[in-house]
Amino acid sequence: MSAENVLFDAPGPRARLRHNILTVVGVVLLAAILWVVYRRMAEANQLEPYLWQPYVTDAAVWTSYILPGLQATLEAAAISMVLAGVYGLVFGMGRLSEHRPIRWVSSVVVEFFRSVPVLLMMVFFFYGYFARADWLSSTMAPLAAVVLGLTLYNGSVIAELVRSGVHSLPKGQAEAGLSIGLTPTQTLRSIQLPQALRAMLPALIGQLVVVLKDTALGTVVLYPELLTQGGRTLGSAYGNVIPAYIVVAVIFIVINYALTVVAGRVESRMKRKRRSAGGPQTNAMPGAPGGEGTMESSGVGGDNVQNIDATSR
Amino acid sequence: MKSTRTGLAAAAAVLALTVSACGSDDGGGGDAGSGGDGGGDSIRIGIKFDQPGLGLKQGEEYTGMDVDIATYVAGELGYSEDQIEWVQAPSAQRENLIATDQVRLIFATYSITDERKEQVSFAGPYFIAGQDLLVRSDDDSITGPDSLDGKSLCSVTGSTSAQNVQEEVPGVNLQEFGTYSECVAALQSGAIDALTTDDTILAGYAAQPQYEGQLKVVGNTFSEERYGVGLKKGDTELCQQVTDAINQMFEDGSWQAAVDDNLGQAGYQPGAGNPPTPDECA
Amino acid sequence: MGDFFSNYDILGAFWVTVQLSVLSAIGALVIGTVVAVLRISPVGVLRLIGSLYVNLIRNTPLTLLMVSSILGLTFILGLQISEQNTRNAYWWAVIMLSVYHAAFVCEAIRSGVNTIPAGQAEAARSIGLTFGQSMREVLLPQAFRGAIAPLGSTLIALIKNTTVAAVILGTAEAAGLLAQITENEGASLPLFFVFALGFVVLTLPIGIGITNLSRRLAVKR
Repeated sequence: MSAENVLFDAPGPRARLRHNILTVVGVVLLAAILWVVYRRMAEANQLEPYLWQPYVTDAAVWTSYILPGLQATLEAAAISMVLAGVYGLVFGMGRLSEHRPIRWVSSVVVEFFRSVPVLLMMVFFFYGYFARADWLSSTMAPLAAVVLGLTLYNGSVIAELVRSGVHSLPKGQAEAGLSIGLTPTQTLRSIQLPQALRAMLPALIGQLVVVLKDTALGTVVLYPELLTQGGRTLGSAYGNVIPAYIVVAVIFIVINYALTVVAGRVESRMKRKRRSAGGPQTNAMPGAPGGEGTMESSGVGGDNVQNIDATSR
Repeated sequence: MKSTRTGLAAAAAVLALTVSACGSDDGGGGDAGSGGDGGGDSIRIGIKFDQPGLGLKQGEEYTGMDVDIATYVAGELGYSEDQIEWVQAPSAQRENLIATDQVRLIFATYSITDERKEQVSFAGPYFIAGQDLLVRSDDDSITGPDSLDGKSLCSVTGSTSAQNVQEEVPGVNLQEFGTYSECVAALQSGAIDALTTDDTILAGYAAQPQYEGQLKVVGNTFSEERYGVGLKKGDTELCQQVTDAINQMFEDGSWQAAVDDNLGQAGYQPGAGNPPTPDECA
Repeated sequence: MGDFFSNYDILGAFWVTVQLSVLSAIGALVIGTVVAVLRISPVGVLRLIGSLYVNLIRNTPLTLLMVSSILGLTFILGLQISEQNTRNAYWWAVIMLSVYHAAFVCEAIRSGVNTIPAGQAEAARSIGLTFGQSMREVLLPQAFRGAIAPLGSTLIALIKNTTVAAVILGTAEAAGLLAQITENEGASLPLFFVFALGFVVLTLPIGIGITNLSRRLAVKR
């Protein structure tokens, strides 16, 4: 449902006037805040050219700090996402298993790693283990800690997505599989999972945003990702910590926003496809016939509400 | 069904690519590890990459007192400047870097302590540092820890320096950050009155061109940190060579030059006991 | 193990974690609700402010928000809450945790609003309720109930994210204390396990409670 035309009437003349006043107030307020920030930055000498000039005049700022940092961020995020996908599939299936011990073990593992802060995991894996491991080079140790922490947490989230995805499918799907003689495991693998995975896609992209942002936690174990390289190290080298952090924030926002938009596009495209194909509408409003279980990402409608997991810094 | 399978295949391909991509990274890392004990045509030395005035990587250039001293020592060991491979040596990883032969020497504000001696050997000390305070150059009200009562002090979360001051001056108004450079920015903006850690680190910041004339080291140290050169435990021969090189550096004036060039800009003078007498290699 | 408990105030650190969690949860709920209303309001510029807020805050790493609260807001903009640095950092941590999670609360509520059948909103309008009235009386109450599950996961995330406050709060809170103990005593497996377990104890009951609650409160249609 599109919120705009359902939630309120078309404004009449008085309402329009009120809206216009509110608009002006809003704009003035925004402008005032920006102006104060600008003034205070200038007073605190944070707008001095020598703090910002390196970004334009010194190519090393980009080639030695920001771009390698960005690369490290993307690398850690990509590896973690792939591993988290595998982990999530395994443990998600484990939680759906027909064998009670497997279900039980999977549940304990998933619930445990979902409850422990990623920051603690990274600190633990790095200082407790990888930093002292003799089979790992010093540059790989922080990466290993970051990837392991991100994998365990995000894998557990994905495992939950898998589980809720399968649960949200109409019962008939599993019954059809069983009735043609497939075992429950076969039914899960070849009928339920493929459908659940497709429905999960937008949520998965949303999770990628979480992973990307969480790589910034790697700064506590000195993983040379974007925040470490473009913020701390660059800030030390050029004595411009505050500008450095501002630039890094902008880069993070742009990348993550782009990913969120992609997730939104994928979702609306899938919705369209499903509607034209006349297939099962998991996105139907709850209460509508057949729309019993709703996945986290469905029933949500609206634009880009994927990135709903706040666990990230 | 068919499209699903193609999807899965694509996913598998992506996975394989990623794994092979990081596999090649692994290779690089592995090489790095074994290169350390060769010693034939290059030497791997651990330094800080983010400490202005001590060990700083700026673009592809390495600067700082630790870098200059390491270059001199490596020269005495028979390695020219372009035969040195610099390796980042974060505090938490220094012992492991040496124990696993990823570097031969470490010059990274590495204090000699009995605890560390159980895992590595030290040559030196080549510098005596001490915990000190960095203040704005127009601020004469802070002369040492005693005058910190009620002042705003900055340090790094959980660091030994922060704990020391808190114990000595309970009335201090402490702000903790993740890194020193954040503290320096706060100090420069006037929001914080002082920053505390080793005087060398402080002098390094004061000497940065961006802070020229704005910051000064108080010069009243209240602890002693003996910086040594970390090397493989029990390698007395290497220890002796490094010690000889350091002694020669003291004599021919290059040590003083390394200190002045990197830390001296803001008027910093090394504290009492410098240049130190290196310990016996045992 | 006992040494750690007698030498360091581990329980005290977790108590700070609990305080941060409770205060920020309240803050996030209030701000998040306001932003959600902004995002679906009739006034274009308010909608714009709402979506700007969500997209900027949600896509910035929390560490950066934390650091900028002290380095930027307190030190440069002069927004000092307390003369005492530790108090100041404490309240900024609460504010930043609230502000950050408010973006997620907003999206949770918005998703809750979107689960409400259009008929409800139309009915509210047809009996002459204004936007504010229909929000208050008809939509938000249903939206909150429909949004219990995502609100619950936001709460759990918030509790875990209090660890990020260590970057400005020093050792007062669990993650900062852990860093200090590690610096002083070296890494210890059992110690890490104690801290991890602390968070499991804090978050697991909430997860279970939320699941039950969302089942019980689900709007029957």
